[in-house]
This record gives sequence, C-alpha cells and structure tokens, in this order.
Amino acid sequence: MPEVPLLKVNNLIKEFPLGGGLFAEPRARVRAVDDVSFALSRGETFGLVGESGCGKTTLGRLILRLVEPTSGDVEFDGQHILALGAKEMRLLRRRMQIIFQDPYASLDPRMKVNAIVTEPLCAIQNLAKSERKKVAAELIEKVGLRAADLDKYPHEFSGGQRQRISIARALCVRPDLIVADEPVSALDVSIQAQVINLMADLKKEFQLSYVFISHDLSVVEHISDRIAVMYLGTIVELAPAVSFSDSPRHPYTAALLRAVPMPDPHRKTEPFPMEGDAPSPIDPPPGCAFHPRCPHAFERCRVEKPSLVKTARQHFVACWLNNSRGLGIE
Amino acid sequence: MDPKLLTIEALSVHFHLPEGVARAVDGIGFDLQPGETLGLVGESGCGKSVTALSILGLVQSPPGRIEAGRILFESRNLLRLDAEGLRRIRGRDISMIFQEPMTSLNPVLPIGRQVAEPLMVHKALSRSEAMAEAAAWLDHVKIPAARKRLDDYPHQLSGGMRQRVMIAMAMVCRPKLLIADEPTTALDVTIQAQILSLMLMLKSELNMSVLLITHDLGVVAQMASRVVVMYAGQVVEEGRMTDMFDQPFHPYTRGLLKSMPRLGDRRAGRPPRLNEIPGTVPSLIEAVSGCRFAGRCPHVFDVCRKQQPDLFKIGAGQRARCWLKRYPDRRKPDA
Repeated sequence: MPEVPLLKVNNLIKEFPLGGGLFAEPRARVRAVDDVSFALSRGETFGLVGESGCGKTTLGRLILRLVEPTSGDVEFDGQHILALGAKEMRLLRRRMQIIFQDPYASLDPRMKVNAIVTEPLCAIQNLAKSERKKVAAELIEKVGLRAADLDKYPHEFSGGQRQRISIARALCVRPDLIVADEPVSALDVSIQAQVINLMADLKKEFQLSYVFISHDLSVVEHISDRIAVMYLGTIVELAPAVSFSDSPRHPYTAALLRAVPMPDPHRKTEPFPMEGDAPSPIDPPPGCAFHPRCPHAFERCRVEKPSLVKTARQHFVACWLNNSRGLGIE
Repeated sequence: MDPKLLTIEALSVHFHLPEGVARAVDGIGFDLQPGETLGLVGESGCGKSVTALSILGLVQSPPGRIEAGRILFESRNLLRLDAEGLRRIRGRDISMIFQEPMTSLNPVLPIGRQVAEPLMVHKALSRSEAMAEAAAWLDHVKIPAARKRLDDYPHQLSGGMRQRVMIAMAMVCRPKLLIADEPTTALDVTIQAQILSLMLMLKSELNMSVLLITHDLGVVAQMASRVVVMYAGQVVEEGRMTDMFDQPFHPYTRGLLKSMPRLGDRRAGRPPRLNEIPGTVPSLIEAVSGCRFAGRCPHVFDVCRKQQPDLFKIGAGQRARCWLKRYPDRRKPDA
C-alpha cells in the first residue's frame, strides 16, 4: 500500500476578476494559477520557485484555503479540504500553518510576543493564562529567543528576530505542514543563514513538511527535497533538488539558472541572452506561455500548451522538446 | 597628476535622532580609479547607501550631518561646493541610479521628458534636440519601440523597463562616475541579468567608473574588480575581488561568504547546514570601544574588546580592520 501523501493538489485553477463591479461583469480574468497538480510526502520540503507574478504565492494560499480556487481540489492527509465547513476547516488549520515574507507587516504591532505566538492555539481551544505563558516560553526558546522577550512588542526586534517570532507562531499548534512564503527574502544574508538553519532544525524536531516559496534559486535548492519551477501560473519543471541545477530540462529553468550571478569572480557569466519581460497573465500567449522568450520555440509551441510529463525518475517537464520521451504523470 | 577619480577620506556622517546620535558612516575612506568598477558591499544599515548619498550631497539634513572628512572628485572637495556647484556636477559628471525605479522616477512626467531633462539642463540642448537624443538613448538601453514610448508614463512600464529608463537618464550626459545603489535588487533574476549585461556594455562603451552598492555577493563578483566591505559604518576590508573571494582576511568577510547558499551545493554534496554569523549588528547609537564585530566574531579575544583595530595592510591592495593581523596565533582553526 503506498503511503497517502500529506498534501495533494489536483488541477488547481484560480482566476481573479479584473475590473467589473457589483452588477457589471469583470473586464477580464487573470488566471494566476493554471492547472497545477503535485503531491507532497510527509517530511518533505517542496520548493516553489519563480519570478514575480508567476502564481507561487497564490498557490501557497490556495493550499491553505486562504483563497478559494476557481476549480480543482486540495487533499490534506486524505481529506478534501474544499468540502469542509468553516468549523472543520478551523480545526484542520491546526495542522497547516503559514509564514509570510515581511516580518514587519505580519506581526500585529500592538500585541506582545506572548500573545502573538499563542494566538493560533487560543483560536481553537481555551487556554489558561498560566498555561499560555508556559507554551509561549517553550516555543520562544525553540526558535532561539529568550523567555524574557515574551513581554516585548514586535518593534523591539530586528527583522531576523521577528521572523523567528513568526516561526514560533506557526509552530504553536504543532502543525504537520508549514507553507513558508519567501520567509528569508527580507533578511540580510548572515541572518538568512540563521533562519534557514533554524527551519531545517525544527523540521527534524517536529517532523514538519514545508512548502517553501521563494524567488531565490540558491536558497530553494539548498533547503528543498524537490523543486517546482512556475511560469505564468503553471509548473513547467519539477525535479529533485540534487539534480536541479545540473540538468534543467525546461528552457525557462535553464535561463533562470543562468541568470543567477555566481558569487565567484573567476567564473564570469556570459552576457544574458534572453530578452523581454514575462508576458502579462491577463493576456497570456497561446500555446506554451514561455514560447515568446524561448530560444527553441517551434510551431507546436505557439499553438498547443505542453503538459507536465515525466522525463526521468522524479523529473517532470512541460516542454515540447521533451515530449518524445513523455510518459505522463504517474 | 592624481590618477584617482574619486577619493573619500575619513568621512563621518551622523544622524541626530531623538534617541541619540547614530554613527551611520564613521571615518570611512576609499578611492576609485578612472574606468574602475568598485563594489561597496555590506548588510542593511552598514552605511553603504549613506556613503553614496554623501557623494552627491543628498543626505537629508536634519537629521543627517556630515561631521568630518573630504570627498575629492577630480581633486575638488565636493563637501565644499554650494548647491549650485553640486547641481552642475549631478547628472553630468556623476549620475546615480537607485534601487526602486518606481519611486525614483517622476510619476507625472512622461519618460521622454525625464530622460531629456539632464540634456536641457547641462548641455543646453533645445527641447526637440534633447527629445531626439532621449529617444536614441531609450533605444540604446533596449526599450522596445523607444520612439513610441517617449510619451509613456512610468506606471505604464514594467520594473525592468523602468530601470532601463533610469539608466538612460543617468547616461545621457556621459558621466565620468555612475553610482548604482542596489540597481537590480527589486528586479526578478532574469531581468536582473539583462540589466547587469546592459550596465557592463555601457560601462565599457563610455569608459566610466562605477561605484556599485549591493548586498548581493554574486552581483558584485560579476561586476566589480575591487571591493570594499562595510560593517556598522566602517570599512572592515578592501581588496581586489579575486583576493576577497580566494583569501578573505576579516572574519566578517569570511562569515558572509560562507553563509550564503550557492547553486550547485546540493549536487556537490556539501553539508546541508549553512554557516551562521551569530547575533545581530550592533546599534549605531551606542558607543563601542573595541572592534564593532567583536560581539559576533568567532576569534574574539581581550584586545578586540578594548581597542578598535586599524585597517591593517594584508597584501597588495588588501587591507582589513582586524587584530588578527597583529596576533595571528589567535585565529582559531575551522572558524
């Protein structure tokens, strides 16, 4: 019997209306997430990488049902979460938490750390004041702060420390899954390393699974077990982290990897060949969304959208160049 | 003749805040040769942007005040110039591009006008001559259909396109020095790569010097030939780019280089743990008697806490502000 994945996302689509009003039809619809499917095993870190507007943040929120999808399905530990009522959903949220990018905006400036980190638990059960303090003290030490910090307000902390508070808040309910949306992007590199190491340690200690969303390929490669590359709402490549930078099969992944400036003055990167911006998701190009910027584009790419097919063990690519070996998703 | 284009000597810029005096820049110095790209790196609050703003007299005062030092540009002290004198240099001899192109472009002026403006101010070109040249520059920085875009407003452009407009605006008068303050930090990685390629092309074309301010060690490694590392308002290390990456001396520089994840690490099977620099940057307001990095340094010993180290010479062109130069046996192995 194969193990039930912790999270399964099936053909998820999210469209946002543009313009319109109470009675007026929207002018257009943006498809922020366009038919995304993947599964996450227990204990896995699933990296979601892509540039601004590719839909990675929306996908993260759909997983937690913070936004409702237009269509598709999310299964958490075998439960179809979109079918749950508000009360059941609230209970399930105990098992799935989120960490946001901006530790300045995501902590209520008028709440003390004590209240911030225990709020998720208080939302689902009654907690005596003394009990609350005990839970908070334990959590705050787990993330490398001191119990004395519990009586402080967020503004008394640096960015890195605030992100530790956000992590403590997410851990409070002992979740199985944490969606981390650019958790280290606002941090300086020396602090970023502290937070990444902390997340890795906590994952082991609490047997967590992560969906780790970031635009930074080096960070994603470092922390993830598998990596999905998103472009204009779809996953274009899904690969194990160990082989990710080695053998990109999608031309967009190859371009992304090539674009990262190497921290090595002996290895000067070539002038970057790809021109132009990503197309607007309001008016996506027909066929493969990447074809206008792709150096390999041919006729089929302009008319027909490629789907994600398996090209090697655990390696999936949505590109017509790989189609001859396509086996379909298993 | 002094071959240096820009020399900063013992510059101190303090901010007089209600909670005390913040020593944002505290006695820094470095110089820049004609045609050279110098990287100024460090983490938030290290004083790198304030240094850049001081060069062009753009530090807001109050609360900021330049307390001491000289900034020599072609042997003239920019700190002695009056407003009019500075205006003649800004945008003509020295240009600057900023991190966030949306906030640094004027939202209510068409981009053509904004790119043409320095030409009308500094080169006394007529409106139509300046607009023609602006169009040529927008084309040169690879704005598609540049001529049709002259009347566009900044909000109609993508982030990458706006940064191209900023670059065109900075280049039109062919400056001798370009100050680029985190020019690609707000951009996506593929757009960043395009902008960096463009900057390299323009630099070699115009033979200008570039002072590149960034927190990104990858960007600086690709763009600059020399680097100055700042920490808590001071220069802690400087040297040739290759030396800084091959044989960094200062524990902070070493820690920074080791704390960043690198693409390909997983494939190479390196340990999954990143090197941390423990703790946080000290407050700029509290007076520190010893080395500012002492609280986070793995090698710290008694002298570090008592006395501030000088910038000691390490090798050809390399200097580091660290007592380990004097007391090499205090360096702990594996740290």
